[in-house]
Amino acid sequence: MNLRPKAVVQIEKVEKWFGRTNALEGITLTVRPGDFMVLLGRNGAGKSTLLRVMARMLKPNSGKVEICGFDVRHDPERVRQRLGFVAHSSYLYRHLTARENLRFFARLYNLENIDQKIQEALGWVGLGQSADRQVLGFSRGMQQRLAIARPTLHRPEILLMDEPFSGLDLEAAELLTQWMKSFVSAAKTIVMATHDLEQGLSGVNRWVFLEKGRIEKELTGDFQIIRERYKQFLRERKGELS
Amino acid sequence: MNFLNQVGAILWKDILTEYRTKDALTSMLIFGLLVILMFHFAFEPDSRETEKFGPGLLWMTFIFAGILGMNRAFATERENDSLQGLMLAPVDWSAIYLGKMLANLVFMLLAESVILFCFALFFNFSLMPRWGWMVTITVLGTLGFASVGTILAAVSMNTRMSDVMLPILLLPIALPVVIGAVESTAAILTDPPGESLTFWIKFLVVFNVIFITLPLLLFDFVLEE
Repeated sequence: MNLRPKAVVQIEKVEKWFGRTNALEGITLTVRPGDFMVLLGRNGAGKSTLLRVMARMLKPNSGKVEICGFDVRHDPERVRQRLGFVAHSSYLYRHLTARENLRFFARLYNLENIDQKIQEALGWVGLGQSADRQVLGFSRGMQQRLAIARPTLHRPEILLMDEPFSGLDLEAAELLTQWMKSFVSAAKTIVMATHDLEQGLSGVNRWVFLEKGRIEKELTGDFQIIRERYKQFLRERKGELS
Repeated sequence: MNFLNQVGAILWKDILTEYRTKDALTSMLIFGLLVILMFHFAFEPDSRETEKFGPGLLWMTFIFAGILGMNRAFATERENDSLQGLMLAPVDWSAIYLGKMLANLVFMLLAESVILFCFALFFNFSLMPRWGWMVTITVLGTLGFASVGTILAAVSMNTRMSDVMLPILLLPIALPVVIGAVESTAAILTDPPGESLTFWIKFLVVFNVIFITLPLLLFDFVLEE
């Protein structure tokens, strides 16, 4: 009898082409509830493309992707309802207030008790006093905190993160780390693509090295060892190129 | 209901943004009024001249003013990669198209109502006996134009020189709607309205059905690419 929990992300032989460039080449990957997986690789390795295929922002040329049992091709809306996506862009509208921005996204996610959820989210990121100011007048740090509040509204089951710490100030980075920790402790799933081996990596249990759209290695274990292995991996690739 | 709620949210967001920035409406109105003024001095605006050239001049003004507004349709979505935020939400992407198309329709109709009033003023053209037909034709013509314009604004959004690309793509495709709108407007300027009016109204309705249905089916591909 198989006691391992059912996969929340099941990727089978996924290929994605951009013109003649093969961005993903036969990717097969299984992510289980509670996994905190980090995708590592150089620029152009396919990390962001893989996340975008998982969120069904890009349609794979071949292969199959299932999120929480739903095929991303046939049920993209159900898939996205279960996902939170954090990237270095804020996705905010500058001429709307903080509250209007969150209300807009809450309506798109068809949420109930919208006002209460917005108030909680704004309070959590410390923007309760600025709720009715236009984002246009926010400092960069305030915009970043509001951008972190946005994907918390619909309580996602899986968090996809694309270089989430890129350009964040200290306060926003702490908030994001706090949210990620609560995510991990609730046995929810995180898949993060990053270059940065310094921030937000507590609780990672799987490390996947990508190169030219292929999975080169998958490791588990101590962070310090992984970091050395990754540096060695980059040196080897550099050596191959030269 | 969920789909309509999402369309409503996108429409509300665009209207609120436009209310605060006034980017699209200001450019459409200033351009439209300047064109009417220039035509007023270029032509002798007696009733025969108005009957002959009026419908073409009016729709040319509507169309070029509309293109200016349409170019702004996806500008707000480029800031902070907001379009990607929309694409990540659990919405059928055709709801994004419909919300933005309705917003374009509202902005164009608002600008056109002012332009039409000024046109009537400068060209000695009485709106009162024909206002019902004029409203019907304006709504139908603008709906067709906004339908095809919105999807092409999305296509041209990420191209180099997108401001130039939109009219190059849009004008040939929207030609049937422009012809239908000009001919039906010409038909109501005669007294009594010309017999061809019914034909051109039906023509506009058919093209509107095509121009709304096709983008709804194709918008997914446009966003993905």
